[in-house]
Amino acid sequence: MSLDVELRHRLGSFRLDASFQIEGRGVTALFGPSGAGKTTIVNAIAGLLRPEHGRIVLADQTLLDTRARIFVPARRRRAGYVFQDARLFPHLNVEKNLRFGWRRAETRASREEFGEMLDLLGLAPLLHRKPARLSGGEKSRVALGRALLASPRLLLLDEPLAALDAARKAEILPYLERLRDRARLPMIYVTHSVDEVSRLADAMIVLDAGAVAAQGSVFDLLSDPEFGALVPAHGAVFPARIAGQRADGLTALDFDGGSLLVPRLPCPNGARLRVRLRADEVMLALAAPAAISANNVLPAEVMAIHPAGDTNVDVRLRCGNVRLISRITRASLTRLGLRPGTRVFAIVKAVTIDPQLGPPAGGA
Amino acid sequence: MSPETALLTPAESEALLLSLRISAVAVLCALPFALAAALLLARHDFFGRSLVEGILHLPLALPPVVVGYLLLIMLGPREPLGAWLETHLHIRFAFSWTGAALASALITFPFQYRAIRLALQAQDAGLAEAAATLGAGPLDRFVNLILPLALPGIVAGAITAFAASLGEFGAIITFVSNIPGETRTLPLAIYSALQEPGGESEAARLAALSIALALIGVSLAGLADRRLRAALTA
Repeated sequence: MSLDVELRHRLGSFRLDASFQIEGRGVTALFGPSGAGKTTIVNAIAGLLRPEHGRIVLADQTLLDTRARIFVPARRRRAGYVFQDARLFPHLNVEKNLRFGWRRAETRASREEFGEMLDLLGLAPLLHRKPARLSGGEKSRVALGRALLASPRLLLLDEPLAALDAARKAEILPYLERLRDRARLPMIYVTHSVDEVSRLADAMIVLDAGAVAAQGSVFDLLSDPEFGALVPAHGAVFPARIAGQRADGLTALDFDGGSLLVPRLPCPNGARLRVRLRADEVMLALAAPAAISANNVLPAEVMAIHPAGDTNVDVRLRCGNVRLISRITRASLTRLGLRPGTRVFAIVKAVTIDPQLGPPAGGA
Repeated sequence: MSPETALLTPAESEALLLSLRISAVAVLCALPFALAAALLLARHDFFGRSLVEGILHLPLALPPVVVGYLLLIMLGPREPLGAWLETHLHIRFAFSWTGAALASALITFPFQYRAIRLALQAQDAGLAEAAATLGAGPLDRFVNLILPLALPGIVAGAITAFAASLGEFGAIITFVSNIPGETRTLPLAIYSALQEPGGESEAARLAALSIALALIGVSLAGLADRRLRAALTA
């Protein structure tokens, strides 16, 4: 199912002029700083905002076409929406909140599917409580279930974790990951958190001041040094696979360019996951260091060098088919004489690897 | 006869029951109009909005006698509108308890309107948006979301209006006069008692009754609002 979006809208001094296309299922992150226009875009897709000019086509249905005077009202768009503030109906208990969209759906989920959703999101113990007696994390889960049980064709999530503290975020993320892997619908995930993008998203659209600054796969974009200008702690994200558990307590990972040793991960062999290497935690050496405590020394080739502030540069590397990125000082760059094509060794301490559980894009 | 009713003479209990009936009818008839006006003014901005709002609050500021006078010159038996209503719809307001209810409804309308409007404005508009994304149309949202959430305000407003209506005097006596058993409500009965020699003790009993009713009404309104609101979300 594809989604075509083309919007032009003014809100006070803010101007939105964005167009993009999303193909098929998977999570597309709508990423950007506050005020970049992320919520305006999802509101327009949901039908909660009528833009001055625009066209939105979901699969074969035109939801909006200002030129042809088409505006499908929100209630007929079947776009599930998970709001940042959950927006549960305070006078209805959890079960009635969940049934609200379910009862009104064109094609109602079966009782079995309803039960599966309760299991997936751990909602069964909450059914008879009213929203006032739910924690922040529980509210998010109910909001997610309520949107999904309305059988949407598309799911919009507007910073669903932004109002939660770190512990609650950690509680919800696994549910979102399970959802991403099970749900067969496109999801648009609004966020300004690189953590959430690298953990959940398959593709991303970077918004800046109301316009699309970049669009592509998460693996490509996060390791793009241009992206480094937008986020402080950026790095490469790539898919990997558990290769085996070692007797010394480490876990071996295979990726499309070599292998890595990381602290024990409780996953079966062959399990797919995501690895994130922060740019400022990858060191470079011209020769393979013989005596070094770091467990991971990866042969790589310099592809490009990009300035990163006054004193640093981001060195873009190719390691097999995976792109890595290393942030070093300009002084180191000069001393090592790095140029595109230079063969180097990327040194990664095992403990700095940040594995993000969950299969990579398109993974089965 | 139970001891409670024995405290009052038949004429006094008649006045009490009449007051209760007139106020109940007044509040129930004004409620749909107050709800409609509150819905219109809580959510929509339009040209002339503050003028409409001023007119809706007018009964609070006008002397009730003026309201009664206006009703009399519009709906009196010899006025065109009053005559038309009587011949065609068989509704007679002049010198009838229904006229007293109409006068009370007008005077206490602002109490209901204000309470409902505040309840509606306190609602998070985002909830209605959420309901729309879940497939609920405008009527559906009104019945299943907006109305239940406004219920505490609606009930509190109705009770306040009821208590205020029990005390209405000027508009009733001007419009429908002071007819025992038809339009002589509690305040009018107190007034009549004071006009007669030796009526002081009757006036004092009825005044005490009025004070008790007003106290019960006002505290009930507050209680209903708090309790219903708590029950709604707990």
